Amino acid sequence: MRAPSSRRTTEERSIPRNESISSQDTPAIYVRGLTKRFAGAPAAALNGVDLTVPSATIHGVLGLSGAGKSTLLRCIARLERPDAGEVRIAGSDWTSLSDAELRRVRGKMGIVFQQLHLLASRTVAANVAFPLELQRAPRAAIASRVAELLEWFGIRDKAAQFPAQLSGGQRQRVALARALATAPSVLLADEPTSALDPETRASVLNTLGRIRDQLGVSVLIITHDLRSTAGLCDSVTILDAGCVVESGPALQVLHRPSNDITRRLLAYTQSPPAKADAAHHLHFEEIAQP
Amino acid sequence: MTDIAPALLAATFETLTMVAVSVSFCVLFGLTLGAWLAISSPQGIAPSPAVHQLLAAFTNISRSIPFLVLIVLLLPFTRLLVGTSIGTAAAIIPLVVGGTPYAARLVEAALLDVDPGLIQAVVTMGASPAQAVWKVYLPEAIPGLIRAFTVLAITMINFSAMAGAVGGGGLGDLAIRYGYQRFRLDVLVLCCVILIVVVQVIQFGGNALARRLDRR
Repeated sequence: MRAPSSRRTTEERSIPRNESISSQDTPAIYVRGLTKRFAGAPAAALNGVDLTVPSATIHGVLGLSGAGKSTLLRCIARLERPDAGEVRIAGSDWTSLSDAELRRVRGKMGIVFQQLHLLASRTVAANVAFPLELQRAPRAAIASRVAELLEWFGIRDKAAQFPAQLSGGQRQRVALARALATAPSVLLADEPTSALDPETRASVLNTLGRIRDQLGVSVLIITHDLRSTAGLCDSVTILDAGCVVESGPALQVLHRPSNDITRRLLAYTQSPPAKADAAHHLHFEEIAQP
Repeated sequence: MTDIAPALLAATFETLTMVAVSVSFCVLFGLTLGAWLAISSPQGIAPSPAVHQLLAAFTNISRSIPFLVLIVLLLPFTRLLVGTSIGTAAAIIPLVVGGTPYAARLVEAALLDVDPGLIQAVVTMGASPAQAVWKVYLPEAIPGLIRAFTVLAITMINFSAMAGAVGGGGLGDLAIRYGYQRFRLDVLVLCCVILIVVVQVIQFGGNALARRLDRR
């Protein structure tokens, strides 16, 4: 695994980095024995899942449909209460928190959902300001933070527009800016590249890389799209039927897959890429082929 | 025709007063009750089967009673509140009581039309149930709420005519007393025309406002 700090420079930090990362030794996300069974389901959606995301890295959770990826994200985000196991975010145990306690610490985690879920009645700037308003931050601080984020994501000129007036890529950037409004140490991204055209997909992946490198935020990407995300992730976990079947540094898992599920995901990856996606595919080919 | 013009004007004013006042109260109470129904429902931000069933039972029972019967049932309560059971002010009480459960159900439907995924997203940002209602449910549902209140206002015009028939004043009262009991077909027709125009204006205005505020 590479050292994330080696890529960062002071000049790159155009908006404040997350200050809550007290130690590079404390994992940003630490999951142990996570188990979740839904009522009436024949099998557990998650069965003793272990996962560690070091600080300022990108971790991909990959798997075929129904592998348990979304349930894992929902349990980490505490949208679902796990039946057993432990979830620690920047060292703090989230599994034992009450709803009220959870609301107070939610600002430490940003989430970008597959459907983005922007507020249609709010402008771009008001959408980005929303998590800060929930925290009752002072107006001046909100305005300043929103301006920084809009600038950083290159959507300052869209501040007064409504989400319906934006393109898919612009909406994705608004969702990312909103997720980072409270300067979280962790960002969860659910299928961030699905339903995007190849150019927008590459742009979103590039932005996720910048979020790690320049802002020091740890990113957990949930995806089935190994081709798009392989070149970006520092480490990956492969899920199948609610269990971890393979996990480790991205290069190691992708070069020497030890599991049929990983090989199947790789087989999908090695199908001929679309023309506009060629640049990113080449990046992946360099990694995947020893 | 000219002999009836002052009475028509007065009756129109009474109808509009009854509808405006009763709709205002119904919106206020309906928003409160409807928001509780929505947030306590299984898809709501704070699901509570006991609270939801209690509120649902209350609104269903209230809506089961025919409006004319409700007016009669509420006569002692109306006298207690306004000192009389006849006239426009007295008619507003049963209109509010009868319209509130209806408004609550319309509000509930409009709020539950907000994407549940959006509500979950704001929960992950740390929104409390109250913040979700004020900052997400209500602003996002504004076009739906305006359409709901348009339907409510038109229904209240209908109710006000019924209230008029039992001494509540307004166009319904005029149509029955002059048009039906004194065989003045012209008064009956004029009352209907005025009501049709009022309904058209409310529906057109409501649709236009909802379209204007819809950012989706």
